Amino acid sequence: MVSGDPQVFEITWLTLRVTGVATLISVVIGIPLGTLLALRRFIGQRTLMALIYTGMGLPPTVVGLWVSLFLWRTGPLGALRLIYTPTAMVIAQAIIAVPLVAGLTVAALQQLPPKLRLQVMALGASRWQLIRLLLREARLGLLAAVMAGFGGVVSEVGAASMVGGNILGETRVLTTAIMLEVSRGHFDLALALSFILLALAFAVIALLTTAQQRRRPA
Amino acid sequence: MRRKNQRAGWTRVLLPVMILLLLALAAGCSGQEQGGSTAPQEPEAAGNASPPVAAGQPAGAERSSQDVILATTTSTADTGLLDALQPLFKEKTGYNLKPIAVGTGQALQMGRDGNADALLVHAPASEKELVDDGIGIDYRLVMHNDFIIVGPAGDAAGIKGVSDAAQAFSRISQGRATFVSRGDDSGTHKKEKEIWGKAGIKPAGDWYVQSGEGMGQTLTIASEREGYTLTDRGTYLALKGNLRLEILVEGDPVLQNIYHVMRVNPEKFPNIPINSKGGKAFVDFMVSPEIQKFIVNFGVDKYGSPLFFPDAGKEQAS
Repeated sequence: MVSGDPQVFEITWLTLRVTGVATLISVVIGIPLGTLLALRRFIGQRTLMALIYTGMGLPPTVVGLWVSLFLWRTGPLGALRLIYTPTAMVIAQAIIAVPLVAGLTVAALQQLPPKLRLQVMALGASRWQLIRLLLREARLGLLAAVMAGFGGVVSEVGAASMVGGNILGETRVLTTAIMLEVSRGHFDLALALSFILLALAFAVIALLTTAQQRRRPA
Repeated sequence: MRRKNQRAGWTRVLLPVMILLLLALAAGCSGQEQGGSTAPQEPEAAGNASPPVAAGQPAGAERSSQDVILATTTSTADTGLLDALQPLFKEKTGYNLKPIAVGTGQALQMGRDGNADALLVHAPASEKELVDDGIGIDYRLVMHNDFIIVGPAGDAAGIKGVSDAAQAFSRISQGRATFVSRGDDSGTHKKEKEIWGKAGIKPAGDWYVQSGEGMGQTLTIASEREGYTLTDRGTYLALKGNLRLEILVEGDPVLQNIYHVMRVNPEKFPNIPINSKGGKAFVDFMVSPEIQKFIVNFGVDKYGSPLFFPDAGKEQAS
């Protein structure tokens, strides 16, 4: 299974799919949520923000346990039969990544000069125009938020193994495969997988960084 | 001003992100079409209108009950036996085996809670409770190997060649030699506690290390810390090349390691969709002559001796 094996390719491909979809979901939820928290005032806002900042350090094993409890056949969502599927892994990883993306979105928007907002509003911009403009100004921070979300899910193993079950050909991703190969004493193979994981993470982050730095303000 | 320019810049920034994410989504979809390699029951698949039964599968296996969740022990995963059986099971029965390798304690609990369809475990005393409660049915003897006590070649506690496992444990505790315990309520851990009980010792102290890990990891820890541990022979043989541990005690009847298979009784869980046909298929599969033959040959090419010895049909050891 060491080099050029279809199993390794399959595991890598699944890792990319699961983390990609989880990151996408976390962006779709996290950026609007972060924007709302940064730009609007409402009751419970500070509490929600504290919760999100706490969630940025949410241990994946804790998420894995909670999601398992819900998805087990005996759990409230057991009828969906999602436990031990890639979908379950996506759900758990999205939960891990949403606070990261939302929290960094808040930070990115709040560090824009406060006067900018007043100026734009004074120029008669509608609310949507304002949000678009602010998001555009904060794009460097937003891309950092996406990277943090991706980094959070591609590296975690606790939730993936708990809700995925580490099933060969179905839910075995790079991190859980590394754990298994270490426990099998196949350190060479585990090492090879770890390099693949690092290369994968580097490729994705490099792509995002290129996008981010191309338009860096002077 | 340079508004237009700016807008173009924003799109340029967004574009790679969109491409990446679209790629991921496309991957998610295209994976469904391959069918075999990915879980066929993913809900995203619904949108793809894929046929209810993936091509190449024997007719009769309903899509909704294709998966058989097997709760089993880390030793069957660490030796690679499960990975080898998984495709065979699919080929023979059309069912999709989902082996969840955990300690025997957790595996039995998964059965008790109705979270598994079939169990492959090695703690006869605890299994008996499950069977007596009517939860485990079609309870069959599958195979055995044996437990061995391994330790560093130096053997500071002087247990080499002792025929009584309990006596060997006494010497380890008297010498306060490092002993690495699984500490995870697995079948191996249960066996270890049984032997400590026989020796009349409650192991505690800084010499008694609880790893909380699977067998492979525990062996590695014992090797690194020059300690003793109790292991099943299969996992030890599979990992031997990386370990500085030798077999010191073997052959005591208490060291027998017996694996049983059973399925979960669906009547005990009227509200949970237990895959009883699939569970039955797995029990029959494990005790079939063909798989029994596969088991005795498994690992011989790599380790020079079988890791497990088939027992199906022999008298129940309970």
